[in-house]
Amino acid sequence: MSAKKLCCALLLLAGMNQVFAGDTPDSLVAGYVAEASATTPGFTVSGQRGKSFFLKEWGVSDKMPTCNACHGKNLKIEGKHVVTDKIIKPMDPSVNPERFSSSTKVEKWFKRNCKEVAGRECTPAEKADFIQFITHGG
Amino acid sequence: MKWFTALVFVFASTVVYADGVKLSGPTQPQWKSECSGCHIAYPPQLLTAGNWQQLMGGLDKHFGANATMAPNDSKAIQDFLQRNAGSGDKHSASSLRISDTTWFKREHREVSNKTWANPAVKNRSNCTACHVNAERGDWSEDGVRLPGR
Repeated sequence: MSAKKLCCALLLLAGMNQVFAGDTPDSLVAGYVAEASATTPGFTVSGQRGKSFFLKEWGVSDKMPTCNACHGKNLKIEGKHVVTDKIIKPMDPSVNPERFSSSTKVEKWFKRNCKEVAGRECTPAEKADFIQFITHGG
Repeated sequence: MKWFTALVFVFASTVVYADGVKLSGPTQPQWKSECSGCHIAYPPQLLTAGNWQQLMGGLDKHFGANATMAPNDSKAIQDFLQRNAGSGDKHSASSLRISDTTWFKREHREVSNKTWANPAVKNRSNCTACHVNAERGDWSEDGVRLPGR
């Protein structure tokens, strides 16, 4: 394969990463805000509320009492699974650009982790606030 | 012919046996990505088909966690586990814990209680605490590094 063809193939592959993982933190927040607004007209997202949500002690699970039990309180560094010790890559997309780049992945983990820690699914408002907190502070 | 011989040796070197059970073995993309989110993806040979079926049918109560996933991923993983499951009593555990199988207990009979209690190990499901290269398919005894050494 010539150098030119190889360059083109590599550029195409790099571009495809954006095509398939088409979401961004802000686009995800916007989506959740729209959902939340449907049931709560005039809803505005709040990073401060998101921070409280993230640090809340839910009292549902002994092993996983809070979100930060696994993710840690500093989201720019690795966390560790509280049961298995598996390393969890940082949540902050400014450090780990994979985060909040796929709505399918985000929805999957919200469903699992909210049920474990909060005992129920998280609302669109909570999801919007949480992502807002991680990406824009709270 | 030389290339063929070299290839045979390379292939053979990637295959690891433990008590007649091949561990480094088949993989499947969804199994790899979904089952290694919170722990190493445990080789399918280490539980029976019946055990795996029960486990996959109760992912919302997966040893205290919620491991639910999209139905098409679950189906693909179930098929893979069924095709590659272990057989016989030695690989069976009503608790669905690999560490409760007689095979596991036999393989780890020389591991001291002190080692199991080491905070770096934490529990018997934490394979990579000692099998440091298991995520690359290396389960060999040579590749074991006990913590604290």
